[in-house]
Amino acid sequence: MNTAIKRLKLTGAAALGALLAGVAAMPVANATEELNALVWCDHTDPALIEPFEKKFDVKVNLKEYEGTGSALAIVEQSQPGDWDVFVIDGVDVPRAIDADLLAPLPADEMPLDDIFPELRLDEAQMRDGKLYAVSEKFGYNTVSFNKTKVDAADMKDMTVLWSDAYKGKIAVYDYYLPVIGMVAVGLGKKTSELTADDLPAIKETLFKIKDNAKLVGEVVSSQTAIATGEVDILVGGGEWVTAGLSADKPELDWILPEQGGVRWSQSIGVFKDSTRKELATEFVKYIVSPEGQARLATSSCYWAMPANAKAGAELTDQQKAALRWDDQPTYLKNAQMYPAPDAELDAAMQDLWTEFLQH
Amino acid sequence: MALAARARRFDLGAWGFVAPALLWTAAFFVAPFVVMAVVSLWERIGTDLVASWSFANYLKFFERGHFLEAMLNSLEVTVIVTVTSILLAYPFAWIIAEKVPPRLQRLALVLAILPFWTSYVVRSYSWLLVLANNGIINETLLGIGLIGEPLDLANSRTATVIGFVHFFVMLLTLTIYANLVQLSPNYRKAAADLGAGPLSTFWFVVLPLTLPGIMVGAFLTFVLCIGDYITPQVLGGNNELLMPQVIMLQIGRRADFPTASALAILLMIVVTIAYLGFARWIRLERA
Repeated sequence: MNTAIKRLKLTGAAALGALLAGVAAMPVANATEELNALVWCDHTDPALIEPFEKKFDVKVNLKEYEGTGSALAIVEQSQPGDWDVFVIDGVDVPRAIDADLLAPLPADEMPLDDIFPELRLDEAQMRDGKLYAVSEKFGYNTVSFNKTKVDAADMKDMTVLWSDAYKGKIAVYDYYLPVIGMVAVGLGKKTSELTADDLPAIKETLFKIKDNAKLVGEVVSSQTAIATGEVDILVGGGEWVTAGLSADKPELDWILPEQGGVRWSQSIGVFKDSTRKELATEFVKYIVSPEGQARLATSSCYWAMPANAKAGAELTDQQKAALRWDDQPTYLKNAQMYPAPDAELDAAMQDLWTEFLQH
Repeated sequence: MALAARARRFDLGAWGFVAPALLWTAAFFVAPFVVMAVVSLWERIGTDLVASWSFANYLKFFERGHFLEAMLNSLEVTVIVTVTSILLAYPFAWIIAEKVPPRLQRLALVLAILPFWTSYVVRSYSWLLVLANNGIINETLLGIGLIGEPLDLANSRTATVIGFVHFFVMLLTLTIYANLVQLSPNYRKAAADLGAGPLSTFWFVVLPLTLPGIMVGAFLTFVLCIGDYITPQVLGGNNELLMPQVIMLQIGRRADFPTASALAILLMIVVTIAYLGFARWIRLERA
């Protein structure tokens, strides 16, 4: 998903997570084996990692990264075999396959039939009939808001974001793909069919949003802004902003506007050069199992929907309510995939985003 | 012959002393710089770095207005921060050097550098909370009735400047203090004997003699400020981009190291020009 969610490397929350992960790893410091995983911050939660470490008598070394580009750079600068497990933005799986980074997974050992059908990204995750990654978590980039300050009915129409109704009360999540995707959806375009010709209209709308925005922030800044009342609306937000705060901040809510939203997903795979492929595969199997999925969905770093539909049995009613478990069929129907631009369009989108930030 | 042999031995010895520093510099500055310069002439195509050997990445800087704007923003913010820090640090250093009893000066200096001991990231986020609409500043001003609506302090250039100044005032205080305490009292006595008042003495004697300290601190402030990513990212709210943020944007998702390298080298050129500007005073200090 949100590559920027991984930017939590800069945050105290992530630092705390890493610290706790380190502390949690202490009891298995003398584990017979080690596993090196390149992940996002939600995988550093000890509650997620500890059961696997104990079961397999292994120490899982986790390194967070803050963007697919950064992850690829880390891999390029590492020795073959340094990394075993790779958690990656669903939209970037083909990049990893193209770069010959991933090993085929035993498809018959993965709970593919239990994955929500919309999360079965065969086109992205399979090549020549071989499975290279599995969806593990997903959610929506949409609109988060404070329902005590904002009329929830207004939020049903995405165009309110580029009207003057909430000028100065808006924050924008700083990741160009989902926000450009959202705006495209709001303009009635399909994220899967975006071309360079669509960018001028998207740019015009984005600039209107910027005129209304108080800040454009990475995960922590934008979440802090809406949690402290600095802003009342977060463009690009979703359950990943509000679900984890639902107990302390019940006034925070999120909605999929009538135009729809953008669905993000993250995938997990095994590095081709891993020398511990068997153990790495076991880790993948654990993460996509109902138990692992429930723990990952409610990770201390951020909450989001598990890709495995059977994880519901492992979640409490309160957790399912915060994740809107029962609403998923409707939400999945109304959400479009993350834009998956080719390199040229991606570069143009990034330039557009830089202009947007500078606007 | 004997003299020449001794000279050679001397030279070898000198090189022996210098070699570790040279090796360090070569390994951790020259080599990475050369790699960066080479990569800046390449191109990222898909997942591959292609050695295209062109100046296209440098041309992008001049062709795309937002890159140039980021450089101008960086220069503006850096100059504002440097000047503000000097104006705040000088009186602070003067008070420590002149008004604080010598036995307490060390304690005062420790207190002055205490902010350095706090995590830079945590400090930036703390400032974000202090400057927020419901932060302590706005709450206080609202509480005493000075303002009716919260001031927009956080997520702005003002917030970025405040965060930077908080950090760099301490750095400048140290360099200016170091100059002030070395200043012989005889200068002031001589100025007084010649009829100069306190203001004239400060303006025509003390200030020029402490200029090297100011400039050393100002140069350090300039270099650290123009290259900093954290403070503008956390406190600026991305309402304007500075060069380090633009460089990071190239790397974050697409790993476009060639463009990032070209932009970094352009930033280094600006720093080099700044160094040449400051060098006059730095040389003065050495003299």
